[in-house]
Amino acid sequence: MLPELGHFSLILALCLCALLGTLPLLGAARGNTQFMGLARPLVAGVFVFIGLAYALLTYSFAVDDFSVTYVQQHSNSLLPLRYKLTAVWGGHEGSFLLWTFMLAGWMLTVALFSRTMPLAFVARVLGVLGLLSVGYLMFMLATSNPFDRLVPLPAADGVDLNSALQDFGFIVHPPTLYMGYVGFSVVFAFAMAALLSGRLDAAWARWCRPWANVAWAILTIGIALGSWWAYYELGWGGWWAWDPVENPPLITWLFGTALIHSLAVTEKRGIFKSWTVMLAILAFAGSLLGTFITRSGLLTSVHAFATDPERGIFILGILVLSIGGALLLFALRAPLLRGRFSFGLLSREMLLLVNNLILVVSAASVFLGTLFPMVYQAITDDLISIGPPYFNAIFVPLMALLVLALGVGPLSRWKKTSGNFLSRQLALAALASLILGVILPLLVTGAMSVGASITAALALWIVFSGLKDARNKMANKKSIAAGLRSLPMSYYGMQLAHLGVAVLLTGAALTTLYSQEKSVLLGVGESIDLGSYEFEFQGAKPITGPNFRGMEATIAVRRDGESLRDLYPERRVYLASGTPSTEMAIDAGFWRDLFVTLGEERGDGAWSMTIYVKPFVRWVWLGTLLMCFGGLLAAADKRYRRVRESRAEAAVTEPSAARSVDGIAGVRV
Amino acid sequence: MSICAFNRVLVAIVPLALMLLLSLSAEIAQGQVDTFEFDTPEQQQRFRRLSDEFRCPMCQNTSLSGSTGGVAEDLRREVHRMIVEGLTDAEIEQFMFERYGDFIFYKPRLTRETLLLWFGPLLFLGLGGFVVVRIWRNAQNNAPEIGELDDAEQRRLERLAAETTRLKDRS
Repeated sequence: MLPELGHFSLILALCLCALLGTLPLLGAARGNTQFMGLARPLVAGVFVFIGLAYALLTYSFAVDDFSVTYVQQHSNSLLPLRYKLTAVWGGHEGSFLLWTFMLAGWMLTVALFSRTMPLAFVARVLGVLGLLSVGYLMFMLATSNPFDRLVPLPAADGVDLNSALQDFGFIVHPPTLYMGYVGFSVVFAFAMAALLSGRLDAAWARWCRPWANVAWAILTIGIALGSWWAYYELGWGGWWAWDPVENPPLITWLFGTALIHSLAVTEKRGIFKSWTVMLAILAFAGSLLGTFITRSGLLTSVHAFATDPERGIFILGILVLSIGGALLLFALRAPLLRGRFSFGLLSREMLLLVNNLILVVSAASVFLGTLFPMVYQAITDDLISIGPPYFNAIFVPLMALLVLALGVGPLSRWKKTSGNFLSRQLALAALASLILGVILPLLVTGAMSVGASITAALALWIVFSGLKDARNKMANKKSIAAGLRSLPMSYYGMQLAHLGVAVLLTGAALTTLYSQEKSVLLGVGESIDLGSYEFEFQGAKPITGPNFRGMEATIAVRRDGESLRDLYPERRVYLASGTPSTEMAIDAGFWRDLFVTLGEERGDGAWSMTIYVKPFVRWVWLGTLLMCFGGLLAAADKRYRRVRESRAEAAVTEPSAARSVDGIAGVRV
Repeated sequence: MSICAFNRVLVAIVPLALMLLLSLSAEIAQGQVDTFEFDTPEQQQRFRRLSDEFRCPMCQNTSLSGSTGGVAEDLRREVHRMIVEGLTDAEIEQFMFERYGDFIFYKPRLTRETLLLWFGPLLFLGLGGFVVVRIWRNAQNNAPEIGELDDAEQRRLERLAAETTRLKDRS
């Protein structure tokens, strides 16, 4: 009975979305306040019913209702409760329900925190999101209903959740990633509302910016969580595999990164409007592409859901309709998007354009590499693989270019900067990062390394140019403390996020360059040296978990004869499915990770195992954390929260107000 | 892409995907562990690089080094044997190509068909650069002429702006 109630809730939500996608939009077009006013209550209704459906599916998991096909397929009575509750997103249908639930959540947030925007605008934003929800809900009800019953008889027990998913990473990664993904639907809706209303000015950009920043920050952390999870769960010591399912979030993220920068220009200077709107469309397309790729089975990948062509066609339909419609609207409204200000070849505008150019080219290249195998096969009937070596060869040089521009951007000025001024400002930073870049690897490792030198120089370039910029900003203040206080929150956000880039870059490059690994067969009491560490195998013993059995080895780690700690890698077999799996043992540290993967027993109690020493690998995620906090800080800047009076409204749309001279952060109007 | 072309792609891919799934669906990526001996550290490095560059032909999407599957294990053993026997990278690649075709390479070889793949990013960069220049030019043409500030004026303006902010913050 309860699953049917869930099904019914979804149908009700669909009906409400159909109203939401029409009446408020109609109201906004006709100036009918009553219709516009319906948007917020309708959103509340949509949220309640999708939330109810979500809660009921979770309940079915909690009480082991194996008469529901989806529950039977993705759970088991032995599954620990925390995985039962989260197994909701362990498969296609449920994860799509999570997706729509997230969208409903974002809609509710927009409805609640949009008091500073005109009603017509809010009605349009929510209306567009309502239309999207109609597509998603129809897709769910038509092709992937999570509440379908198992007929004629319920199964005795469930198949079990994929053992690779039974992990903390599975609890946190999908919801965060989806929340970030879906956040870009909101930004997309903002762009569409602007096109519909014909109002695309600095005020629009300022309404839009916090939402874009938050979506971007959450997507950043969502991707990072996935990478972290893959690192410790898959056991090959890697943190990014350029898998076809990993790439769409990255593509979305790259477009999103370009977007938050472009929005800054649109807010400050009233230009790049068409470009900003285009990026909002592209970021949204990236998120839909991600869904499409995982759910259509078009590309083989480690974590694609079951393949079903019908679903693929349906999602493709949603993609074509929404993106096609958006582009059509874009073309119709093109005259509206023309900017009014000129800028010099060397100016902050130009540097931001270069930033956007590199990010968009990177995104397009990742897109090309991801979909090329499919096109190649359609044309030549032959198979081709495109993997990490290709992507690294393309992506790494582009990112290096981006970092070079990143150092110059914040110090340059709007409209026009003289080359003289810039080189005076940056000469010291450039020189220092070059020299230190060459020296540092030599000092630390005792050997020259071109890769490490370039890495260190680029990372230091970000840090030094950032410091120089901060110093400039505080030059007129009496003391450093006063200077620090005077800087707006969004400026801190920018600096923090850029520092995050430096940290991420350092981690990514150094862990690739300096990681060591050894695969060995060790008998009890035998040990092996790797780097400056000694690993001794002290034996293995059987263990039993709630739904698995396995073996646990004890590895004592020593450094210079001094005992560091013991590591306990495991080898498990899950009872319900019989799938074997390994649980890595990791000693995480700021400077390096020690990492042991257990292989198998080869007689006499000897076990094969792979041991890794991975310097700086934590910096990869530390960097993304900094970027995420940076994005959130920027969104929390108080100028976004201030209720705007009509006087201020008028001021920002006027050309003179846009001629601010400071950083992306900007003088508060 | 039209629905029709999409169908063609699906028709081409679904049987293949099924074949792969049926043949060895259990080969998911889970840390591989084997214990090869090498004569020199260079050999070990080459082994590491090559087993990263070859795709496990029976897995969903992992390199030889990332798979525990039997086929990947056999191929790793082959690569190890060839390295120890002193074959060059090119010879090893040729051996793999003869057995498995282009599918085995994670880094596609440059052929007529992969021209777009390898030079696509450059093409994007060129196109993007063109768009950037056009945006800049358009902005020049559309803009009403406003007097430019020189560096001294700019600094003065900045001081004034900072002053204003400070006064505002105080109030």
